[in-house]
Amino acid sequence: MSRSLFFSFFLHAFFIYLTALTLPFMLRDPIDLPPIVSVEFIEIKDTTNIPYAPKARKIIEKVKKEKERVVSEQAPPADIAKEKPDRISMPEDKKEKQELKKKKQNPEEIKPQIRQVSEFEKKELFDPNQIAALIDKAKEEQAATERKREKLTQSNVKNSFAKGLSLSEEDALRAQIFGCWSVPLGLPFDEELLVRIKLKLKPDGTILKSEILDHARMNTPGQSFYKVLAESALRAVRICQPLKVPPTGYEKWKNLQLNFDPTEMLKG
Amino acid sequence: MKKIFFIFLFFIISFKNAYSLIKVDITRGNLDPLPIAISPLHVDSKSEKLSLFDTDKLGEEISKVIEQNFRSTGLFNPLKKDSFVQKPEIAHLKPRFEDWRLIKAQALITGKVLVTNKKLKVEFRLWDTIASKEMLALSFTTTPSNWRRVAHIISDKVYERLTGEGGYFDTRIIYVAETGPKGQRIKKLGLMDQDGYNIKYLTLGNELVLTPRFNPTNQLVTYMSYFKNMPRVYLLDIETGIQEVVGSFPGMTFAPRFSPDGKKIIMSFAKDGNSDIYSMDIESRVVEQITKHPSIDTSPSYSPDGTQLAFNSNRDGNIEIYIVNVDGTGTRRLTNHPGIDTSPTWSPLGHQIAFTSDRSGSPQVYVVDVDGTGLRRITFESYCDRPTWSPAPYNEIAYASRTGPGFDIKVVDLATNEVRQLTFGQGSNESPSYSPNGRHLAFSSSRGNGDKQIYLIGRDGRGLKRLTNNGNNEMPSWSR
Repeated sequence: MSRSLFFSFFLHAFFIYLTALTLPFMLRDPIDLPPIVSVEFIEIKDTTNIPYAPKARKIIEKVKKEKERVVSEQAPPADIAKEKPDRISMPEDKKEKQELKKKKQNPEEIKPQIRQVSEFEKKELFDPNQIAALIDKAKEEQAATERKREKLTQSNVKNSFAKGLSLSEEDALRAQIFGCWSVPLGLPFDEELLVRIKLKLKPDGTILKSEILDHARMNTPGQSFYKVLAESALRAVRICQPLKVPPTGYEKWKNLQLNFDPTEMLKG
Repeated sequence: MKKIFFIFLFFIISFKNAYSLIKVDITRGNLDPLPIAISPLHVDSKSEKLSLFDTDKLGEEISKVIEQNFRSTGLFNPLKKDSFVQKPEIAHLKPRFEDWRLIKAQALITGKVLVTNKKLKVEFRLWDTIASKEMLALSFTTTPSNWRRVAHIISDKVYERLTGEGGYFDTRIIYVAETGPKGQRIKKLGLMDQDGYNIKYLTLGNELVLTPRFNPTNQLVTYMSYFKNMPRVYLLDIETGIQEVVGSFPGMTFAPRFSPDGKKIIMSFAKDGNSDIYSMDIESRVVEQITKHPSIDTSPSYSPDGTQLAFNSNRDGNIEIYIVNVDGTGTRRLTNHPGIDTSPTWSPLGHQIAFTSDRSGSPQVYVVDVDGTGLRRITFESYCDRPTWSPAPYNEIAYASRTGPGFDIKVVDLATNEVRQLTFGQGSNESPSYSPNGRHLAFSSSRGNGDKQIYLIGRDGRGLKRLTNNGNNEMPSWSR
């Protein structure tokens, strides 16, 4: 009897113990398993032709337009509102440039992550050379010939664009000064003939202050031609004023440096 | 990730540059002559009257000479006086720059003339009409008969200020003038201003005169004249008109030339039947023998620094060019060819020698470096002779080339070997002589009626101008 009592007690105790041990497990959350991932293997070729790229671009443009609409409701973008009446440019040129400015003015709306849809897309949208060329096809041809003539490199063109004067604005200014500058005819061919003039302009293009940067050279013995050249450059700027500067962006061009160099012309 | 980084970098750079200094390259301009206004000089009312000429018109005459000088350069465009708005007397005090800018003048010359105590005082001012400021102001006092010279000096000063190179208006040309009826012609030494005025004859014409040459310091002329069939070397002071015989040199074989410092005369003459090179000090009249060799030595030419001489000698059996130090040491042969090499002339920069050689069959001009290397033929004509170097900075040689019955003046650029023909078969054109700044050449031409006259022409072939009108005039030599 005592023996069966002992077994009963022992077994009960065992089960109570077992229950006490396993109960905390039942309180825990089940282990969070990740959902099943299906992986598609795509064969990599020399040229990628991912089919969804154009589609993605359409979506981007749609999103952009929606965002723009929101902006225009609150306040119209500055470059659309302001016209440039006295600028010499072709009508189609103007239109395209406005498009370009939009891209430049709201850089935050261009999300690089979204743009990274394909190598092809990325290149098309972000190559700055392409942007410069976009301004005008004709201008690009002109720039190419000018580059040959005046040793202007692609990077120069790009820089001046980035600095605030567009190609056509710079061309207009340059053409204006070409006409005003009477190059002294007695210059030596084999000397350094660069005259750098720094100008401070008023918003209407008239000159507030002009300064020759290599002023010391003007009074160097044996360099009297340099003084003559520097004076002719100063005269050119004064004859030309008011300079043909863009009506907007005064902050960008209020300080202007003109590099006068007749070397190419004298040799040619 | 890398790509995104670069994209952000691009935006950062373009943002940073947006407000930095914009630079625009100006590589072209117009090459039209500079418009200059030369206002007639105002004659002061206190001026005395002179018997020689009308004092009241002196101011206008001076401005006309200045105007002609500037027009002849081809670098300036003197504006017509009809268009001037402001009167001379007011313009000289304070020009109204807007008025001058209106007629597109970029420079303005004003001035005042005053004659007191038989002295002429000329003041002038050069104005930059664009910058509205004075560039130059000077005053000269001289005898009234010198008014043309004053006009030339003013032109020089303005030219120097506006171009940066030396002026050449106050210079003279000496030449051999032949006058008189046919059969009784006499040769005299003539001297005139570079614009053809103030012709003076320096010799009487009873002796034959040859090869006038200017001293580099400008006051003296040396020339050769025959007296009783004996060649004599003369020195003539063009300011005072005083001339003196330097010496008689029987057997003279080469005309006298000045040394670059103007203190010596170099020549060659034959003593005891053998021609050698001699130099003579002008001050002390001491004659020094430079070459001592039984062969014939002639045609000496100084190096620009005056330390060496190039000359001809037949000491190896045929005529070659040699170089010797002025003290007679260090003789070395420069050319070595069976042909005849003659008439060496040193380049203005001193590193080359030009000479004439018939090694190709006809006389042609060659150039060789002073160390004997770099020999090259520079003319390819039927016949040409006597090369003349242009003054620095131009690296050119002018020569007369036979182009038919007569000669034509040609210029060869030594850097490019490009030949420019300045005259084109009108008469015979000979004896080119460069202006001090190298922009113009004086030469003699028999164009027109066949008489030789002195002409000027720009080194680019433009601006032909006749200087003399009567008799025959040749062998021009331009003062430095």
